[in-house]
Amino acid sequence: MSEEKKYVLQVKDLHTTFVTDSGEVQAVNGVSFNLEPGKILGIVGESGSGKSVTAYSIMQILAENGRVTSGEVLYNGEDITKWSKKQMTGFRGKCCSIIFQDPMTSLNPVFTIGNQLEEAIRLHTGKSKKEAKERAVEMLKLVGVNEPAKRVKQYPFELSGGMRQRVMIAMALACEPDILIADEPTTALDVTIQAQILELMQELQHKLGMAIIIVTHDLGVIADMCDEIIVMYGGRVCERGTADDIFYEPAHEYTKGLLRSIPTAGNTHERLQPIGGTPINLLNMPEGCAFCTRCDNAMKICLTQVPEELQVGEHHRASCWMNVKQAMEEAAK
Amino acid sequence: MLKYFVKRVLLAVLTIVIISAITFFAMYAIPGGPFNSEKALSEVTKAALEERYGLNNPVPVQYVNYMKNLLQGDLGVSLKTQREVSTIIADGFPVSAKLGGMAALVAVVLGIVLGSTAALMRNKWPDRLIVFLTTLFTAMPSFVLATLLLYFFSLKLQLVPVWSPGSPNYLLPVISLAAYPTAYITRLTKTSMLDALGQDYVRTARAKGVSGVKVIFKHALRNALIPVITYVGPMVAYILVGSMVVESIFTIGGLGSQFVTSITNRDYTVIMGTTIFLASLMVTANLITDLVYKLVDPRIKLD
Repeated sequence: MSEEKKYVLQVKDLHTTFVTDSGEVQAVNGVSFNLEPGKILGIVGESGSGKSVTAYSIMQILAENGRVTSGEVLYNGEDITKWSKKQMTGFRGKCCSIIFQDPMTSLNPVFTIGNQLEEAIRLHTGKSKKEAKERAVEMLKLVGVNEPAKRVKQYPFELSGGMRQRVMIAMALACEPDILIADEPTTALDVTIQAQILELMQELQHKLGMAIIIVTHDLGVIADMCDEIIVMYGGRVCERGTADDIFYEPAHEYTKGLLRSIPTAGNTHERLQPIGGTPINLLNMPEGCAFCTRCDNAMKICLTQVPEELQVGEHHRASCWMNVKQAMEEAAK
Repeated sequence: MLKYFVKRVLLAVLTIVIISAITFFAMYAIPGGPFNSEKALSEVTKAALEERYGLNNPVPVQYVNYMKNLLQGDLGVSLKTQREVSTIIADGFPVSAKLGGMAALVAVVLGIVLGSTAALMRNKWPDRLIVFLTTLFTAMPSFVLATLLLYFFSLKLQLVPVWSPGSPNYLLPVISLAAYPTAYITRLTKTSMLDALGQDYVRTARAKGVSGVKVIFKHALRNALIPVITYVGPMVAYILVGSMVVESIFTIGGLGSQFVTSITNRDYTVIMGTTIFLASLMVTANLITDLVYKLVDPRIKLD
């Protein structure tokens, strides 16, 4: 298999900017990753790290003032950033779907659940109204909504948050896309519902076999379900690897800091260690590593040069000058 | 639903009673009376006339009598012309309603189209032009606009006659009457459309592959219209009963001009008749608005 065909989605050196009154914001700054069919990729980062914008850039559903300025998004080897608007409407929902953070506001309040599901189904399949209705009920059943035949006649406000997120998932998967992007799918939900939704996504992934990209700020939530995790900071990928790599051998100062700040069960006497400083201002990015202003071990080079990605394990890569320093020290021995 | 409806109708009746009472007492509070004219009537004649119309009774008694007659469907006769008030309304209303109906239709259709256009082309030249025009027309009183229209289109360009009894030309009156509500609806639609376009469900619609046009006209517009409906209901009622200014300038004998003439004449029965008619129409329009609300937005509970 050729390199391109092996991946259902490849993002290469993606740059996305937003034009605002105070200047151009470089929200995504050279993100690259590959997604194999049927795999789960996690994108982790704090607010403003560019993780959601990366997802929206793939779907081309950025806000009006946002624009992909360079880079490629290859879907089965084809660069979709060059596709027409019409081709993209065919891509969205059919090839790649997305579910959003807040199920309370993501469904249109004035249309029934059934109407919104049927719309998605009929857009991408030649199904008649009646067939679409049957499919809608079938999808609701699949995502574990009770009394699906009754639910299709209800309006979003008549359903709970967890139910609405299930409806969003049903809508996203109705046309069996190759990729499902979940943008903070559980952030707005109760902890118990969070677990249910994640379980549901895993279960559906086994059944339908789509690849999933989960965007989240909560490392713990996705750790045990992802095949690969990308850690983002300041619009760049700072580290990537398996969940084990990231958790047990973090190789970027930011990831290390993140892990130190996670509370562990049973630890009642030690204080949590927050990462010092404040998140970077995207309008005023440091010249070098985006994290250097908050990094305890920052060196001179960190301030002036963006670190390159370095292989630190079999699937494990990180962009941190500390790794280069260590490699040089080891070579010197 | 039925319970709600009954409740609203009862409230509507109460509203009309209150409005009629306020109007009745306010009307008598202003100096002058129907029989004051340049040529003073003799005391005897005046007393006889007041006796005939029951104006010599204390005002509260007159009000009770008026309401009694009203309940029997009797609006009384004009103190000036002796015509039945109900006939005056029946004659004047269709003319005003025709003019007002056309103006309301223009305002709603044009307002929504222009408002959506401005929202979609935000900060581009069509938006700027629309913003300029809406500001102009919300600021310009209708008598200024009506006079300007008459001056240019009838006098200078001679495109439409100044006055054509029998078959009145409705073009200029409709423009003058529709200008303000059109501008207002345009602004309202633009604001709520911009708000709707920024909502998550619009992003969801785009994300599931709905085309740009359909996202706007199906998903955004329906939500954007909710605030517009609030304005349109009472506006239609108001505009249907006619505008005294526009009707006077274009010499259209509608209800609007009757209303104003009756006030200057202190024609008590006509004032009351037209006020109660306008109030009933307004209350009905509000009720219909609330019912339409429920149709457009399922979240609204009628109770």
